[in-house]
Amino acid sequence: MNAQVTDDLHEGAIQWHQGGLSKQIALAVRMSLVMLVLCGIIYTGSVTMVAQTLFPFQSTGSVINHNGKPVGSKLIGQLFQSADYFHGRPSAVGYDPKSTGGSNLAPSNPKLRAEVEQRSLAIQTSDHVTASQIPVDLLAASGSGVDPDISPAAALLQVDRVAAQRHLSVNTVKKLVDQHIEHPQWAIFGQARVNVLMLNLALDTLSDTNNTQSK
Amino acid sequence: MFEIVLICLIAVALAIPLGSYMTGVFSGQKHITDGFFSPIESVLYRLMRVNPNESMTWRTYGMAFLMSNLILGVVAFLLLKFQQVLPFNPDHIGPLSWDVAFHTAISFITNTNQQHYAGQAQLSYLSQGFLIVTLQFVSPAMGLAICVAVLRGMIGGKNNKTAKEGEERDLGNYYVDVVRGVVRVFLPLSLIVALLLAWQGVPSTFFGAQHVQTLDTQSSMSSQTIPVGPVSAMVAIKQLGTNGGGWYGSNSADPLENPTPLSDVIETIAIVLIPIAVVFMAGGLIRRKKFAWMSFAAMAILSVSFTAATIYSENQANAAFVGASAMGPNMEGKEVRFGSELSALWGALTTQTSNGSVNASMDSFNPLGGLMARSGMLVNAIWGGVGCGFVNFIVYVWLAVFLSGLMIGRTPEIFGRKIETKEVTLLSSLIVLPALCILGFTAIAVSFPSITGNSNPGFHGISQVFYEYASAFANNGSGMAGLKNDTTWWNLSATFMILLGRYLPLVIPLMIAGLMAKKRVTPASSGGLTLETPTFCVTLIAVILVLNVLSFLPAAVIGPIGEALQLSAVHVGN
Repeated sequence: MNAQVTDDLHEGAIQWHQGGLSKQIALAVRMSLVMLVLCGIIYTGSVTMVAQTLFPFQSTGSVINHNGKPVGSKLIGQLFQSADYFHGRPSAVGYDPKSTGGSNLAPSNPKLRAEVEQRSLAIQTSDHVTASQIPVDLLAASGSGVDPDISPAAALLQVDRVAAQRHLSVNTVKKLVDQHIEHPQWAIFGQARVNVLMLNLALDTLSDTNNTQSK
Repeated sequence: MFEIVLICLIAVALAIPLGSYMTGVFSGQKHITDGFFSPIESVLYRLMRVNPNESMTWRTYGMAFLMSNLILGVVAFLLLKFQQVLPFNPDHIGPLSWDVAFHTAISFITNTNQQHYAGQAQLSYLSQGFLIVTLQFVSPAMGLAICVAVLRGMIGGKNNKTAKEGEERDLGNYYVDVVRGVVRVFLPLSLIVALLLAWQGVPSTFFGAQHVQTLDTQSSMSSQTIPVGPVSAMVAIKQLGTNGGGWYGSNSADPLENPTPLSDVIETIAIVLIPIAVVFMAGGLIRRKKFAWMSFAAMAILSVSFTAATIYSENQANAAFVGASAMGPNMEGKEVRFGSELSALWGALTTQTSNGSVNASMDSFNPLGGLMARSGMLVNAIWGGVGCGFVNFIVYVWLAVFLSGLMIGRTPEIFGRKIETKEVTLLSSLIVLPALCILGFTAIAVSFPSITGNSNPGFHGISQVFYEYASAFANNGSGMAGLKNDTTWWNLSATFMILLGRYLPLVIPLMIAGLMAKKRVTPASSGGLTLETPTFCVTLIAVILVLNVLSFLPAAVIGPIGEALQLSAVHVGN
C-alpha cells in the first residue's frame, strides 16, 4: 500500500476515536443482544411452535410405532443383517444417527476398491447373482450413513432370498416390493426408491398374519 | 436433466422479483409492507439506540462493520465456551475446547460456517438454535450491507447531487442496512422455507432425542437414538443466508435435515435465491438495469458451465466400482432419494455461492466434480455469498475495466469515475492475497503430513488440504470431510484464513468505492468503454478465468487433474 492509503486509514482512525470508541462498543453490544433475541428466541421459537402444531408427526422425527412400540424413524435407515430381511446400503457409521457421515474415500483410494469388491462378493454369494447384476447403490456407502432407501433394482435383487427364507412365494414378496416403490416426487424430482424399514415392517406384518392363519 | 433445468428456471424466476423488492428495501422506497415492518424496525432502533437518519462515510461505515463483528465474535465465543452451564441442553452436552470454540465463533460471524465439530453431538440446543441461528441471520446481512454501501459509492453516494468534488460521500447507515436486511429479507423468507421443510419432515421441537428399538434383533444393532431439535428453523436460514452450517454432522445429506427430493429442491433453490437476487438488486440501486443483465449473463455462463461439468462428472461411474457392480453413476457418498444429478447440482451451486452446505460427500466426487467445486470457491463470485459475492464480482469488474482501458488506450473509468493508481494498488492486493494465503498454507501443511490427518493418499490427499484452506478463505465452509480437522493446528490456521478471506475482500472494496465516490464525474463520451455490451461481458469472463488459472492451475495439476490421470492410467492398464 502506498503512503496516501496509509494516511487515509490513519485519518479514519482519528475520526473514529473522536466519535467515541466506548459509544461504538456499547452500540455493537446492544446490536448483538437485540439480534440474539429477535433471531435466536423470537424466530426460532415461533417457527418451532408453529411447525410443531401443524406437523406433530414430522416435528419429532417421524417415529414409526409397530405393535405399540417405537421401532424407528421413517427417515432413518437401520442396520439389517438377517437373511430374512431386505438389506439397506453400506454405512460408514454403522447406521448411527448420532454420528452421520459418508466414507469420505476418494475414487482413487485403494481402500474403497477393496471394500467394494468385498461387498460385491458377499452379495454374489448370498443372493446368487453376478457382479454385473448388482446395482451401484447397494455397494456404495451413502452420504449420511443412514440412507433409509435403496433403488427398486436393489430391492428386487433380494426378493428371491427373502422369499426363500420366509417361506413365502416369490410373487407375494415381489408384489410387496412393487407396492413400496416411491416414484420421483411429482414425477419429476429425485429418484425412484424403496424405504427399507417400511418394506421390512410390511414383511413382518405379512409373516405374522400368515402364521396366525396357519395356526 | 429436466429436473435440473426446472430448478434453475424456478430459482431465476423467483430471484428477479426478489431483487427489485430488495432494491426498494435498501433505497428506502415506500412499500405496502411498511405498515408491518416499520414499527418492528423502530422498536429495534430504539432498543439499539440508533439514529436511523445518521449518515456514514466509508470510514465510519467500515469501522461500524468491524466493531460489530468484533463484539459479536466475543459474545459467540463466550456462549460456546460455557454452553455446558447454560440452559437448553437436554442431552447434557459438554464443553468445547477453546480452539474449537474460537474457530466456531469466527467461522459463524464471518458467514463461513466451516465446522470442525459434529453439530448434534457437540453443541447444545442453546448453541445451535439461539446463537448459531442468530449468526446465520446477522452475518449475511452484514455482507449485504457492505455490498449495498459499495454500490452506493459507485454512483457517488446518497449525497451525490449536493456534495462537491472531493467531499466525503454518504454511503448510508450501517445499522439501518443490517436491520432492514434481517427484518425485511431474511426473516420472512426463512419463515416460509422453515415451515415448508418442517412439512417435508425436518424436525422442529424443543424436546430431546428419541430412543427406538430397531427391527432386526439378530443384527449387531439393537437400538437407535434419533437426535431432533429446532432443526427446520436453522436449516432454512442456513440455506438462504449462504451459511451452510448444518444441524447434523453430514449436513443436508442427513435425511432429518433433507428428507425428500422436494425438500432438496427447496433447499437447492434457497442456496442461490438471494445471491441471484442481489445481482438484480444492484441494477436497481445503481439505476443501471442493463449492467445487472450483463452481470447476470457473465455469472450465468460460468455457473451453467461449472454445473454441467459437475453433473457430467457424477453421472460417470466411480472408478473403484468398475467390474464389481452394474454400470451406474457415482453413488459413493450420495443418497438414493437424490441420485447423482441432484447431488452434483447441489455440489456445484454450494461452492459457487459460498454456501458450503452439502447433500453428498465432496470427498467421494469424481475428480472433475472435485475440480469444479474448488474452482467455484476460488472464483467466489459466481453469484457468491450474499452481498460479499457481488462485492467480489465488482472487484473483477474494476480489474476488467482497468485492463480494457489499457487495451483501448483510454483512462479506465467506470460510470464516469476514473480508476487511478491508488485504486489499482488496492485492487492488486486483492489479486495476490488468495493465491498467497491458500497456496502458502497448503504448502506448509502438506510438508508436515502428521498434522493434516488425511483419509486419502496421494493426489487426493493434497486436494483435501487445498480444499480446506480454499473453503476457509472463500468463507464457503464445505469440506472434504475425511480430513481430521478437529485439531489445534487446523482450528488456528483455518481461523486465520477465514479472517483474511472475510474482512480484507469486504473492507478494501468499500474503501475503493468510498475513494471513487468523491471523484469528479466525466460525462460519457462516444469513445469510452461501455460496460453493458457482450464484448465487455466476454472480457470480464476471460479476466476471471485467466486470473484464477494463473494462480491455481499448478495446484490443480497435483490435485484432481493428477488424480484423473492416475485413474485413467489404471483403466488402460486393465
